[in-house]
Amino acid sequence: MAEISKKIDRITFGLLSPEDVKKLSYVKIVTPELYDKEGYPVDGGLMDTRMGVIDPGLTCRTCGEKLKECAGHFGYIDLARPIIHVKYVRVILDLLKSTCRECGRILLDDKEIAKHKTYLDGLDKRDVISRRRRTKLIKESLKNIRKCPHCKEKQYSVKIEKPTSFMENDKRLTPIDVKTRLDKIQNLDAELLGFNTEHAKPSSTIITLLFIPPVTMRPSITLESGERSEDDLTHKLGDIVRINQRLFENINAGAPEVIVEDLWDLLQYHITTYFDNTLTDVPPARHRSGQPLKTLTERIKSKEGRFRYNLAGKRVNFAARTVVSPDPEIEFNEVGIPKQVAMDLTVPERVTQWNIERLKKFVEKGPKTYPGSNYVLRPDGRKKKITDETKEQLLEELQPGYIVERHLMDGDIAIFNRQPSLHKMSIMGHRVRVIPGRSFRLNPAVCYPYNADFDGDEMNLHIPQTEEARAEAEVLMEVQTQLISPKHGLNVIGCMEDSVSGNYLLTREMNLSKEEAINLLMNIGVNDTSKFKKFKSQVTGREIFSILLPKDLNFITKNRDDEEVIIKDGELIQGTIDSDIIGEEGGTLIRKLHKDYGEDETLRILSIIFKLGIKALEINGFTTGINDTDLEEELVNRIKQVVNDTNKEVKNLIAKYHNNELDAMPSKTIEETLELMILQLLNKVRNKVGELIAENASPKNPTIIMANSGAKGNILNLAMMSALVGQQALRGRRIEKGYEGRTLSLFKKGELSPKSKGFIESAFKEGLDPTEFFFGAMTGRDSLMDTALRTPKSGYLYRRLANALQDLKIEYDYTVRDANKMIIQFKYGEDGIDVAKSEKGTINIKGLIREVTGK
Amino acid sequence: MSEEYKDQLPLSIWEEAQKELKNNNLTKKQEKEFFDKLIETYKSSRITPGESIGVITAESFGEPGTQMTLNIFHFAGVAELNVTLGLPRLIEIFDARKEASTPSMEIYLDKEYNKDINAAKRIAALIKETKFWELAQEFSINIAKLQVEVTLNKKNMRDLRITDQMLLKTLSESMKDTTVRQNKDDTIVLKPSKENTELKELYKLKEKAKETFIKGISGVTQVLPIKQNNEFVILTAGSNLKEVFKLKEVDKSRSTSNDIFEVLKALGIEAARQAIINEALKVIREQGLDVDIRHILFIADLMTASGTVKGITRSGITSDKESVLARASFETPIRHIIDASLLGEEDELTSVIENVIVNQPVPLGTGLPGLIARIKKPEAK
Repeated sequence: MAEISKKIDRITFGLLSPEDVKKLSYVKIVTPELYDKEGYPVDGGLMDTRMGVIDPGLTCRTCGEKLKECAGHFGYIDLARPIIHVKYVRVILDLLKSTCRECGRILLDDKEIAKHKTYLDGLDKRDVISRRRRTKLIKESLKNIRKCPHCKEKQYSVKIEKPTSFMENDKRLTPIDVKTRLDKIQNLDAELLGFNTEHAKPSSTIITLLFIPPVTMRPSITLESGERSEDDLTHKLGDIVRINQRLFENINAGAPEVIVEDLWDLLQYHITTYFDNTLTDVPPARHRSGQPLKTLTERIKSKEGRFRYNLAGKRVNFAARTVVSPDPEIEFNEVGIPKQVAMDLTVPERVTQWNIERLKKFVEKGPKTYPGSNYVLRPDGRKKKITDETKEQLLEELQPGYIVERHLMDGDIAIFNRQPSLHKMSIMGHRVRVIPGRSFRLNPAVCYPYNADFDGDEMNLHIPQTEEARAEAEVLMEVQTQLISPKHGLNVIGCMEDSVSGNYLLTREMNLSKEEAINLLMNIGVNDTSKFKKFKSQVTGREIFSILLPKDLNFITKNRDDEEVIIKDGELIQGTIDSDIIGEEGGTLIRKLHKDYGEDETLRILSIIFKLGIKALEINGFTTGINDTDLEEELVNRIKQVVNDTNKEVKNLIAKYHNNELDAMPSKTIEETLELMILQLLNKVRNKVGELIAENASPKNPTIIMANSGAKGNILNLAMMSALVGQQALRGRRIEKGYEGRTLSLFKKGELSPKSKGFIESAFKEGLDPTEFFFGAMTGRDSLMDTALRTPKSGYLYRRLANALQDLKIEYDYTVRDANKMIIQFKYGEDGIDVAKSEKGTINIKGLIREVTGK
Repeated sequence: MSEEYKDQLPLSIWEEAQKELKNNNLTKKQEKEFFDKLIETYKSSRITPGESIGVITAESFGEPGTQMTLNIFHFAGVAELNVTLGLPRLIEIFDARKEASTPSMEIYLDKEYNKDINAAKRIAALIKETKFWELAQEFSINIAKLQVEVTLNKKNMRDLRITDQMLLKTLSESMKDTTVRQNKDDTIVLKPSKENTELKELYKLKEKAKETFIKGISGVTQVLPIKQNNEFVILTAGSNLKEVFKLKEVDKSRSTSNDIFEVLKALGIEAARQAIINEALKVIREQGLDVDIRHILFIADLMTASGTVKGITRSGITSDKESVLARASFETPIRHIIDASLLGEEDELTSVIENVIVNQPVPLGTGLPGLIARIKKPEAK
């Protein structure tokens, strides 16, 4: 673990001049040959060991270091003729257009020059945007000047002939011509044209010495056959060196100008594709297999490029990934880790005189027995693997200052994550719990913030390696610190599914004998017997629930049924507990506990409430089956009545339409009006039926219990199973796609009846007929499409938002500022309140008054 | 007596406290206790300096974004008007696109007019952009006489309050080189002034006539007076706020458009900020999602902080970043590096992504504070 000893303060960008290139280089490349007969890199070749080494055995001839220590050194190629840098073609064109072809001055008179100069000098050095804007303005103003104000020379128009040629009056300017012109530009004029001459000279946009990246940047791979395969860049550079040599030879031999120019163009082509092999007007350079080479530009850009793949996203050690499975017996802030993983991931512990005996035990056990250790770090930074052979010696030399990398143990902090990491609760700190098996274990209550389920989801685990990282993980990331979401100030962890319906049933109607009640409570870990003293021979569910609450809790809230739930002095005296009280995103009780008793206590209480719900269900058993959807005959008839009535109404509407009695809504045609009215009627049917079922359903029906308690599903789901599925809609209309004038060929053309346009009268239980099934499949497919198209769109929106907002922070004066210290808000959210620390985004003033007055 | 606490609380909370105090009679002692508690609560709910609030806001929109629908057409209160909602609309707002896909206005009327449906209808007719084809029953070409004949739709004309004279006048003004006159049977005849016109030109004339602007406010294709909270409000498809504000019957203090640039042009940057807030809130609410208002305020403030509306795109907010690496790591890295090289730009590594790139602590949260310690020099032995 290297300490941060160096800090990069700033990075300056610039353009290397030929002199810079020479200064920074260690080798001049003169031969296209890579290796000699022995397979050793050739001197002056592209793999010259003075540019760094890629073979483990060799040492760098520049710095004398080995493979790992030497980062590589640059070299250069002396080009026989200057070459245009493709990426600067536009810049060169601007320069040619803006300066005199004869004297090289900018096409502005001295007065104008002085004016612009004062403006530019007055700008802040960092205000690049204004500088650029001014430069653009200057260039625009020069467009139509045909005569140099300085030497009165006539100017001609210059055009680009893609990709890299310049034409002046249909005469081609060779790079040499261009270079002589750029050389003539004075620094002062270049500044006006957007150059900082300290870091970039206009003439540097023409390459005379080509900078060669170190070997380490383009390592060759040795194939299984022992054959060497060179990197794409090396291939490209080899071409460049070869052509360059031929060009030299031809020039020296006095070859005809045509041949020289051809070779020159070829060199230009190779250097162009060396920089960018994806240009539209240049045929890409290819491997012998026909696959295009990946050169410099392609290495940098796009999602797989250097920036986004390696620099903005980094890979780490001390991480694990595997399938997750549920374990309701572990705590919310724990994570079950298989022994196998625990023995690979380690925690570094520094040896002190106080822990040396303890750590020695880990070393003694070695890497193969748990809990042991894998490595010992000496104070000089050398890492020693613990094996049977080294064990004795390491034990002996172990002393304060050494670091032991011991196996992961219960209570260590780990960082747990599931992708997509859409919000900060997707990465939380958990306590390690080493368990048998091969999958990570997760309490189902924390599925919600991760958006995880157990149908094969995999999750990642990281072990922080420094004291600072561990402290941050514990204080800022552990599960209990994330109870309230900063998105809306609601709790993201709460009871779910069985635990909700369990608590619902318990507080609604259950009565237990004293023995059963105590058994239940002991079962979930409440073993303070003094609490059971007040139990009589019969104990109500509410009394049991109250045992879990703090004694001084006073709280009034409403549940899903709009019934008041009253907790007085830690006793639940009225109301049924449901998902609005203890559930995810709704749990008013959870937020109350969080506010008054702190996050650790809340997590503790929530955890036993969660277990209570599950254990309560286990007393009587709880299941849901197909007979939950059975309806009484009378109800079935009433539902049929509703459907028939609607069908009749629709028929009447259609009849009215055919008799031209229908009035069109403003700015709609009569047909559209009819459709709208029918759709409104049909959409109502399912809700009406749902209400009917809700009114008549038995409160003992498990499906109804689940729906009413908010554990899972709703009445409409039940209605779809037992009574009718209802109208299927595509983009807010009835189904109309398909054949001409009809949805399916078995209907009449122009038919408008509910049945023919996606109204499903059957229920899932009795089954759909083929047309209904088909309509159902249509909407099902549509919603699949919608999800598939939405994910990338919202992902891109998120990426843009994150990129634009990432460096905005709260300053010490509570203003919101960006990285340039520009103020965005004077006070965050106009009142400086943190959503995650508030009650749904506000301070509960009414509640405070109630507290004070005691009402 | 509670004035002394005013400085310690944000205005909105203080005002709410005042309101609640009025409703409840508290003794002086209770009131003091209340304020002490309130201030304590406020202090404990304050946001922590160093909090990377930008990322939190981005996440607060990114996460619900995955739950929004893509179906763009939904009905906005009234069944007759279509308005883009859902994820596409949210993207549109944050992009600050110049062309909204479904611009629309909500026009409130002054007191004298807003109780009467006929007055509302009259004003609506004034606003609606009317083209000639809407007033015609049939366009036909009379080959013998080489002219275009238009049968008028008298009912539509009455609804839109257009008289024959008005129509004739506007038509002859806007149709050059054409004589416009009305026959006795209420058809309008358009005859090119030039002799011997070709048939092709007649067709052209016919098509041009159809699209001729007669009256109203250009861009407003649909108007719909509806009753809302005991007054008549005109909803429109198409937006032209600046022109609407010229009408004297319009209540300028309440009428709005959903087109942010329209609002910017007509009312200025603060109004544009409010428009962004309202529109984003509309989308979030309509989708049944729950995002705190602070996040919306935050984005609106960021988009308008420079004085103009800037989108959250590579050409908007991101292009204003000082750091070369921050811009390069978002989109089009090569271009940014090349441009930076010419100006000798310096990246001072003040924001997040640059420091991630060079493996240094990020200046946010726990990476923000620096520790300055005064260390005594060890005394020479």
